Amino acid sequence: MSYDEVRHFADSWGLIVMVAMFLLFIAWPFRKGARRHHDEAANMIFKEDDNGRS
Amino acid sequence: MMDDLVFKAGGWLGLALLALVFAALAVDTPFAVHMVIVAATCLIMLWSRVSRADYGAMARGLLKMPPDQGVYDDDPVRWGVIATIFWGVAGLAVGLYIALQLAFPALNLGLEYTSFGRLRPLHTSAVVFAFGGNALIATSFYVVQRTCRARLAFPAAARFVFWGYQLFLVLAATGYLMGVTEAREYAEPEWYVDLWLTIVWVVYFVVFVGTIVKRREPHIYVANWFYLSFIVTIAMLHIVNNLSVPATIFGSKSYSAFAGVQDALTQWWYGHNAVAFFLTVPFLAMMYYFVPKQAERPIYSYRLSILHFWSLIFLYIWAGPHHLHYTALPDWAQTLGMVFSVVLWMPSWGGMINGLMTLNGAWDKIRTDPIIRMMVVALAFYGMATFEGPMLSVKAFNSLSHYTEWTIAHVHAGALGWNGMITFAAVYYLVPRLWGRPRLYSLRMVNWHFWLATLGIVFYAASMWVAGIMQGLMWREYGADGYLVYSFAETVAAMHPMYLIRAAGGAMYLAGFLLLVFNVWATLAGRVREEKPMTETPYNAAADRPLAPVPAE
Repeated sequence: MSYDEVRHFADSWGLIVMVAMFLLFIAWPFRKGARRHHDEAANMIFKEDDNGRS
Repeated sequence: MMDDLVFKAGGWLGLALLALVFAALAVDTPFAVHMVIVAATCLIMLWSRVSRADYGAMARGLLKMPPDQGVYDDDPVRWGVIATIFWGVAGLAVGLYIALQLAFPALNLGLEYTSFGRLRPLHTSAVVFAFGGNALIATSFYVVQRTCRARLAFPAAARFVFWGYQLFLVLAATGYLMGVTEAREYAEPEWYVDLWLTIVWVVYFVVFVGTIVKRREPHIYVANWFYLSFIVTIAMLHIVNNLSVPATIFGSKSYSAFAGVQDALTQWWYGHNAVAFFLTVPFLAMMYYFVPKQAERPIYSYRLSILHFWSLIFLYIWAGPHHLHYTALPDWAQTLGMVFSVVLWMPSWGGMINGLMTLNGAWDKIRTDPIIRMMVVALAFYGMATFEGPMLSVKAFNSLSHYTEWTIAHVHAGALGWNGMITFAAVYYLVPRLWGRPRLYSLRMVNWHFWLATLGIVFYAASMWVAGIMQGLMWREYGADGYLVYSFAETVAAMHPMYLIRAAGGAMYLAGFLLLVFNVWATLAGRVREEKPMTETPYNAAADRPLAPVPAE
């Protein structure tokens, strides 16, 4: 592929794919039922003491 | 067993001899010096194998490290904390020295080794890669073990990462003093030092990912996402930016694989992403672990932290061209860099708000806990720097600010305020826990450190803002007939008072850091200072009543 072809691919299909991936990744935490999962994840660091004893 | 020893000792001896051959064949003195350093390192390793003395245990005894290894492998973390403090003193002291050189050029001492041009990369690399890098390696090893509930994978490799990184730093620092440089901002070390760092970094990646793979916790905590993206992206940036051809494998000179504007863009793609993926993303990992732990409250919004992560990942990588405004870089690329920089403002502030709001309901800790105070100021400076950055990336601002001291003000607000303060807070958090002490030697000393550092930053940033804007305005001042009103030397002379104030600010910041050194040293020694606790606002029944209504006149 020439530079010109790479460049046109990058600012058409490449751009669309990147934007779609980004939107998917940031929408994912807002799916139904994610809240409980996130609350658990956020509190996970308090489950044990700093040396790994619960 | 004996065969193993002979094999290992022979290996080290062979490597040492190979390095000495390279030193003998070297075409320039700095390369020979570096090969002798490598040979000496191999001989030290050989000696420690043959003499069979456990030097590691002796050093651990000297530094009073707990003999009990516990659930987690914390020795590399302890070494990392010590190295962070050591390089911090070196980096800040050199910074203060070159700040004084700008005010008093006689301090160049007329020697090539102490000239500003050689000490400046020594300062930037010492604070960014030595102080910051060691803090990141240490905290990443600490955090990944706690959040994965798993011991470090490959303990020998983790030790190699730590000591290999120190060798990289020694080679880089001595190289700068001898004038070895690729002249690439934040990537000055030459080709052979770059290759060594690549090996160390790949092993770092293996240790970190290996620990995540053997985790006993289903979810990978968000701090690890930030650390992992730092390790992966720095590897990519480092390799591409340093693609070069050595003039000879027996010499310290290489030529970049790129030329002209492509080379410039590669450098600043690297340079800005060093700011992003070395000085921002992994320090945010520290924020996402240490702020909730110190505040004893979960992160304000875990969702926001994921949004923050992906936004930084997708946006930061495009911002580099804003370093090349009004250059030979195509205009569309400059605009692209500017637009992405401005867009970055929002996720950055989202992250800052996420960190600050973690204190929601526990704001009183700012009064009672100086470590929380440091974290809050760190986040405030993160917010300021990530507002100022997008602003300066706008071409109209950049035409005034670029090449002036304003850039220096911006960098130091971020580096001293954000990276420095969050690292100090993490060190204060880690030391009593890692050494099994009831608490730090003195919390009041932390408070003194906090105020010295904060005031130091204010003096530093404010004086450089004034100097930068003045310098930019003087440069662009045209007279009636279209000639430049000021010569370059006049702008330098006009900045002298600001340079003095800057050096004073830097001295305060260094003084605060020396308090940290003493505090940590006393904590390691097992001392606890008898002192009054930090202020608890006493309850005053007389004052605790509604204001009496005052009739209008």
